[in-house]
Formats: sequence, C-alpha cells, structure tokens
Amino acid sequence: MNRRHLLAGAAALTAAAALPAAFAAPARAQDRPVVTFWHAMSGPLGEEVKKVCDAFNAAQSAVTVAPVFKGTYGETMTAAIAAFRAGQAPHLVQVFEVGTGSMLGAGPAVRQVWQLAQETGIAFDPAAYMPAVRSYYSLPDGSMAAMPFNSSTPVMWLNADLFERAGLDPAAPPATWQEVAAAADALKTKASAKVAMTTAWPTWVMMENFGALHDLPYATKANGFEGLDAELVFNAPPYVAQIQRLLDMAKAGTFTYGGRGAAGDQIFPVGETGLSFNSSAVRAAFSRDAKFRFAAALLPYDPSVRASPNNSIIGGASLWTMTAPRRTPAEYKAVADFLKFISQPDSDARWSKATGYVPVTLAGAGLSLAQGYYARTPGADIAIRQLNRGAVTENSKGLRLGRLPEIRTIIEEEFEAALQGRQGAQAALDSAVARGNKVLREFEKSMRG
Amino acid sequence: MSERRTIFPGWRLPLLLLAPQLLLTALFFLWPAAGAIEASLMRGDPFGLSARFVGLDNFTELFTDPLYLAAVGRTLLFCGAVSLLSLGLALVLAVLADSAIRGRAFYRTALIWPYAVAPVIAAVVWILLLHPQIGALPPLLSRLGIVWDYRLDGTQAMITVILASAWKQVSYNFIFFLAGLQSIPAAIVEAARMDGAGPLRRFWTILFPLLAPTTGFLVTVNIAYSAFETFGTIEALTQGGPAQATQTLVVKVYRDGVVNLDLGASSAQSVVLMAGVMLLTLLQFRLLRRRGDAI
Repeated sequence: MNRRHLLAGAAALTAAAALPAAFAAPARAQDRPVVTFWHAMSGPLGEEVKKVCDAFNAAQSAVTVAPVFKGTYGETMTAAIAAFRAGQAPHLVQVFEVGTGSMLGAGPAVRQVWQLAQETGIAFDPAAYMPAVRSYYSLPDGSMAAMPFNSSTPVMWLNADLFERAGLDPAAPPATWQEVAAAADALKTKASAKVAMTTAWPTWVMMENFGALHDLPYATKANGFEGLDAELVFNAPPYVAQIQRLLDMAKAGTFTYGGRGAAGDQIFPVGETGLSFNSSAVRAAFSRDAKFRFAAALLPYDPSVRASPNNSIIGGASLWTMTAPRRTPAEYKAVADFLKFISQPDSDARWSKATGYVPVTLAGAGLSLAQGYYARTPGADIAIRQLNRGAVTENSKGLRLGRLPEIRTIIEEEFEAALQGRQGAQAALDSAVARGNKVLREFEKSMRG
Repeated sequence: MSERRTIFPGWRLPLLLLAPQLLLTALFFLWPAAGAIEASLMRGDPFGLSARFVGLDNFTELFTDPLYLAAVGRTLLFCGAVSLLSLGLALVLAVLADSAIRGRAFYRTALIWPYAVAPVIAAVVWILLLHPQIGALPPLLSRLGIVWDYRLDGTQAMITVILASAWKQVSYNFIFFLAGLQSIPAAIVEAARMDGAGPLRRFWTILFPLLAPTTGFLVTVNIAYSAFETFGTIEALTQGGPAQATQTLVVKVYRDGVVNLDLGASSAQSVVLMAGVMLLTLLQFRLLRRRGDAI
C-alpha cells in the first residue's frame, strides 16, 4: 500500500465523519428526550433497576429513561434536594420510606402521583396497590403521593442448621417473643451459637414494627398522618418492656447488638448466628453468601400486649416526581408513562422475583403466585403474608414524621447507651422521645416558614 | 540587619500576580463562608422553598443544647489526644531516624507512606484490625481479659478513632520534625557530646528547645487537622457512635446538615467552627512572630 492510498483512505474517513449529522441522528436512541431517574440501588439491585428502564425504553420510542446511581438513600435524597435548589432536579428520584414526611413537605418541588395523574390524564388506581404499601405513601384522603417501587418488611431469619443442633424445629419457628427468648437460650446453650440473636435496623424492627404489630401508637395525630404537630409516644409501657427484654437478653448473652441501620446485615450470613431480624429483601444476598440452610419466619409478637398481631409496616423506597424550571408537560407525561409501566403486573412480578422485594401491586403478587413462584421458593411469601396480617389500622399503616431518619438514629443512640448500662429502658425511651420531639418541632417550624 | 526590598512599579502587575490566589480565596472561601453566615441566620425547609430570618435563634439553640456543649468538650479532648499522640510518636521516630542507623533511607520512606492513604482506606485498615467479630486484635485482647467492642463501648470507640486519626498524621509531623532536626547545626550537638551530655540530656536541653518553632507550627496544624480532617476516618469507623461517643463538632456539622438536612443549625455550627479556626490562626501568627521569623 503506498502513501497515496493511505491519504485517500484518510480523506474518505474524514468525509464520512463529516456527513451531515441529521443523516445519522434519528437512528440513535440517545437523541430521544431523556428522563433522568436517580436511584440508590447498588450492586445487583442497580442492575435490576437498569433492566426495568431498558424494558421501558424498548417498549416505547418517545423517551429514554436514564437511571443514575447516586449513592445511599440518604445521599440520593440530599443530592436531589441540592439539585432542585440549583434548578436541576432529576425527573424521578427514589426516596426511602422514612424520607416520605420530608418529601410531602416539599410542596412545589414535587408532583405527587395524584397531581401527575390529573395533569397528564394517565390514571393510577390506588386500589391496585397492596394496602400496607399504598397507605405509607398516601395522603390521609387516600390519594397517592409517591409511587411504590421497592418495598420490603422486616422478617425473622433463622439458621436451620443451628436450630436443629439446639433441638429446635426450624419448620415451627418461635411465634411469640417469649418463645424467641427461649429459643435464643437454647441456641446459646445447646448449639453454642456465637450469636444467639441479633438484628439489623434496630429502630425499624424493634420499635416501629413492634408498634404496628401490636397496634400501639408511635406518635400522636395518627402517627403523624394528620398533622405536623404530632408528638412521639413510644415511651409507653409495652415499648419499654420490649427494650427491657432486649437489654435482659443482651445481659444474658443471647442478644448481640450489631450496630445501627444496616450494620447488622453482615453477621447472619457468616453462619454463627441463630436468629436475626432483617429486611425481607436480603434474601438474594443471603442466598448468595450463606453456606448453611436458612429460613424466613413471621415477626414474633407479645401475646400479653395483643392477642393477635397486625400487619407489619414496610421499608424500602418509593419514586417521587420532581419539578424543575422549563420542564415540559411532555416530560411529565413520559414520567407518568414510566410509572404506569412499572406498575404493570408482569413488570412488578419480574422486579420482585429478581430482587426479593415484595410485589407492590396485588396483580403482580397474583401473577407470581400463578406462575408458581411461591411454591418453588418457600418463605418468599412470608413478607407478603405478614404485610397482610390483620387489618391496616391507624397504628399500622406507617409513620408520617418529618426527619424520621434522624429520630431513628436518636433511638439507636439511646439504645446503645442503655446497652452500655448507662441508663434503663424507660430512661432511654424517655430521652429518645424528648430529643425526637425537639426534632419534630424544628421540622414543624421549618415547614411553616 | 537591613532587608533588601524589591519594589514593583505601579499596582497592575502585583494585582495580576495575586489575582489567581485572590480569585480562589473568593470562590472557595469567601463566597461559601458568606453563604454559611446567611444560612445560619435563617430557618427554612431543605428545599429552600421558604426561609425566614430568625436572627441568632440557631446560635441560642446551639449553646443551650447540652449535646452540643458535650460535643465541644469531646472535640477538645479528641484534638488534644490526637495531637499529643501523633506529635509525640513523630518526634520519637524522627529523632531515631535522624541518628546514624543502618537503612535510614528506608525507614524515612516507610514512615511517610501513611500520609498518602485516604482517610476512608485508613479507617478500613483499622476496622480490619479492631472489628469485634472479624478483627485481628480482639482475640488477642480477650486473652488479656479485655472484652473489645468499640461499637458499643464509648471509651473504646474514642480510643479507636484517636488511634486511627493520630496514625495518619504521624507521617506529616515526622517530615517536619526530621527537617527541623537536620537544620540544627551538628556542631552544637557535638560540642555537647564532648562536654559529656548523654543522649537524653542532649535531647531535652538542645534538640527540643531548638525544635520549638517547628513544634509550635505543628501543634497548630495538628489541632486543625484533628478538628477537621478526621471527619472521613470517624465517619467510616463509627459514624459518631456509639451514642454520640465519637461525635466531634465536624461530624455533627455533617450529620445535621447533610444527613438531617437541618441547614440552619448546621450552618450555625460551621460559623462557630470558622470563628474557632480564625482564633487559632491568629494565635499561630502571634506565636510565630514572637519567636521571630524562624519558619
């Protein structure tokens, strides 16, 4: 090949690159308007979010939904708020359930689902969603504020191998707290489990859900659903007794504190833990990491507080539509289309089976059932059964409190101080209520401007 | 001794030469600082939809909050412990590395390494050492009868973050101490040796006093380091817990501002911290000026 050929080739390449852009552009998907979707799902869960978006992008040709991972739930919410202040909010943001109170106070920064439906004419039927899920994200009149996306609920995880070694039957897990304490004892003494019992998310499991299960108010004003002036009341005797039980078990060496928030996640899969309380959505991670037989069971209750337990409350997150200057009606319509798409039974069922989150629609759960998923995966239905135990009451439909993540941390701090032996159960909860109420008053003031 | 002064004609060139630094200062310090002062006087929602001027409300609340006052005390303790530990250790190491030993260059290089480690990575290293369930040290400690769980024991948590923070700063101090030691004329030390002064006596009567300018400078830098730059280490190790046992002021600013989105309270705390730094810097300048232009 001589130099002339090379030059000609180079010229041809340059010409090809310089072809009118309009010629090539319409064929490229990236040139469709983009709907940005900020989420907090890392690792395999992030992959699943991408699959959901890809499926939507393939199903229509008007827009492209672009998922962007923004860190933890807290970081994602903070980033979205900062972006809104700069006029650059994403179209959609995934907000954890405890951020709901703050997002509801966001006024014109968000378009609630019912507003979005009104503006775009794309209807969402609240009755299609699971009651315990829907109620967490709805206004007191029942209209939906945020779109349920990934919902979980805490369940009890047990190590079947250790259970059998302790002479316990993993098929008949302890149902009451009294039975749990006895089982933990057996796990420690007979199976010499290094950790008889532990928990992730101490506040969510041991306080918020304990209240829901036993139909106890967590805060006044229907747990905050009916007003910003709600006051915390979780220092009532049954809560104190529950914390006391954990303190007693810690002293006896049958309860090991695993840290705040998700810190307790890592302990159970190692295999030296008999019982753990954690989200139902850790199933995928446990299946991957645990080298032993494990099972999920319903959360225990205390029959001396309530004869039969109510539904548990959800965790996880929902999707909020955000506003930005110069955002067009077409963009909002695209967002509504996407929300409609993820609520379809097959999309919902696929998401729930791939991630371990519960289906958020009744039809999605029905589809999974019809496909035989729950028969093939024993225990995967525990979370759904638990969310549908009893009837949803004022005390079990969730919490609607501003700055709830902060209150969760306050409770965990006071619990830690009690575990250190620096205060009793009553003093810990009294102090948490006092500090939490101060936070709520601050939030109330900031909302009233 | 008279100084030779170089006078530039006019003011354009000096201004031009100063402009980059002035611009950076304005952009990265003055502007955000003004923003913090403004926000510290307001109360608003996180979205910035409504903000109301509340005067010094945020500050009054701060200084009547026992938890904040406890954090101030805790920060002083933390800064003191970190500075003392990292300075003491660095000084010992520098004196040893300055003496004529085999492999001096290797030790010097190895001692500078930790400075290049990012705070969060440093924290992970310490977690691997000290984690109650998976750490390397707790089994050894339990043989000594010490039950180690820094996630539940406030004192142990404080020890953990102090160790991790001090370890990271030793390298920096080491470099300065070593440079300080090398600038001390060998003749003085040798004269002392000929007069029969032992190593300890030589250190306390000659090296240590002559290092004073370096020490003074490092004390200020270390206090500033332990007050501010230890955030990454603490956040990764304990998130300020258990029960706020390791919540220093800068961790609290982050918690209240970024996690809890209480911008007014967080800004007020930042302003208080800023005042603290200004005071510290002022003291440093005075101290150095009094000692002459040794540095």
